[in-house]
Amino acid sequence: MNLLFDFTVDRATNTIHITREFAADLDLVWDAFTKAEILDQWTAPKPWRVRTKEMDFREGGRWLYAMITPEKTHWSLAEFTEIKPKSSFSSRNSFCDENGNAISDGFSLTKNSFKAGTETTTVHIEKKFNKLSTLEMMVSGGYKEGLAAGLNNLDEYFLTLVTNK
Amino acid sequence: MYICNRSDSYLTNMRRDIFQAIADPTRRAILVLIAVQAITPNAIADHFDTTRQSISKHLRILSECDLLAQKQEGREIFYELKIDKMKEIDVWLDQFRKIMEERFQQLDQLLNTLKNKK
Repeated sequence: MNLLFDFTVDRATNTIHITREFAADLDLVWDAFTKAEILDQWTAPKPWRVRTKEMDFREGGRWLYAMITPEKTHWSLAEFTEIKPKSSFSSRNSFCDENGNAISDGFSLTKNSFKAGTETTTVHIEKKFNKLSTLEMMVSGGYKEGLAAGLNNLDEYFLTLVTNK
Repeated sequence: MYICNRSDSYLTNMRRDIFQAIADPTRRAILVLIAVQAITPNAIADHFDTTRQSISKHLRILSECDLLAQKQEGREIFYELKIDKMKEIDVWLDQFRKIMEERFQQLDQLLNTLKNKK
């Protein structure tokens, strides 16, 4: 199935718009975005893993989670500001320590909206960064090291191949 | 205080500079003006209500971040945009796009598994 993926950037307002279609019904997609046990399984770019420390999905509640590799742990916080069940939820996202205390003045405001189709569910994500350098921090915080770690895994894999010959 | 790291061999710092450069709305507006055509500092200042001193400060920051090239014509200095530097911002955004793309593919697989469990 060819699933829609649209990614646009409005630089004047530091806002990223993402629209993505998923081949599942609304109930399942909503759970995948709001339940810790499912979020933990998909939100980290490989080879990172996500581990939830706290999840309190209600207005005023928060999700405190860590991005983990064997060497490093990055803590992040999502504070839920508005929840309309099976329709949309908004959060304030920031980097923090293991207790949820902010470690930088960077943050983003995210609104996730869900729309049921006949066979698919479309999710629209609007992410507004308080400054562009926050986006840079997000990218460099997870992805670059993730990529490096991925290459290390590949090195080990090649080594196994050579050793087994 | 504004600090601009000019270490050319260290790409991460170079990028940080550019993000700081475009964080300010006046500087973004200046970049738009310069992107259209080479322009003198006085002509830039004419487009804004602020003081020439303030425009000079913004131009200095943009120059320090290596976004502007200067050329002398007679007694006037013209500023030009260094297009390659602006492209570095696109590289960052493209990386973010790829992260999201990869995460969603992981979710596709997971949704498939979850559906089959039902």
